Amino acid sequence: MKLVYFAWVRERIGTGEEEIDLPQQIRTVSDLLAWLKSRGEGYEAALRYPEVIRVAIDHEHVDHSEPVAGAREIALFPPMTGG
Amino acid sequence: MPVCELLVRVQAEDFDLAAECERLTRGRKDVGAVVTFSGLCRDESGTLEALELEHYPGMAEEEITRIAREAVERWPINGLSVIHRHGRIAPGENIVLVVATSPHRQAAFEAASFLMDYLKSRAPFWKKEHRRDGQEGGWVEAARHDEEALQRWKR
Repeated sequence: MKLVYFAWVRERIGTGEEEIDLPQQIRTVSDLLAWLKSRGEGYEAALRYPEVIRVAIDHEHVDHSEPVAGAREIALFPPMTGG
Repeated sequence: MPVCELLVRVQAEDFDLAAECERLTRGRKDVGAVVTFSGLCRDESGTLEALELEHYPGMAEEEITRIAREAVERWPINGLSVIHRHGRIAPGENIVLVVATSPHRQAAFEAASFLMDYLKSRAPFWKKEHRRDGQEGGWVEAARHDEEALQRWKR
């Protein structure tokens, strides 16, 4: 599965995208955030407050309760500042 | 439903407001109102060198198109153009343009306002400040009032 990161989430993790094989037990976006957070210092810094992280699956905004099964691309990013 | 011209562009280049208005009005006799909104990079304190606008390629266009289609469904507008720039933008330069046309003014005003409120907190763009003194500038934080602004459009 492809994970992509933007803005300070990207800076803290240290990469803009990566391919990851998710462990079976990860069912929702919440599970994914909690698991990623344990992968190292950068992830810990980026995802310390998971409730502020916004998530899109295959280019559509989703809640943290959304299942991740079948997703091609999951994006994690801070609240947006468009306009 | 009448046909509505819809244009969504995400680009690094600047845009021409007059040309975009012309695009939606040329040769038409059913347009009674043209509302435009331009968002510019501002520097109130004199410390900003430029903003760096990061975006999510693909999703940015798709999300703006989703918001624009909702506006077309909700208001009797006959034209809508949205252009959002990315990359490095200096104070005084354009960032975003919304042009809405309709037979009567209220629909165009409201559609343009709706578009901007949603672009602020739903379009995947992030602004980083580059300071004139060379110090590390931070990411612009999302404003609570931008999120609250969406409440008035909830149905």
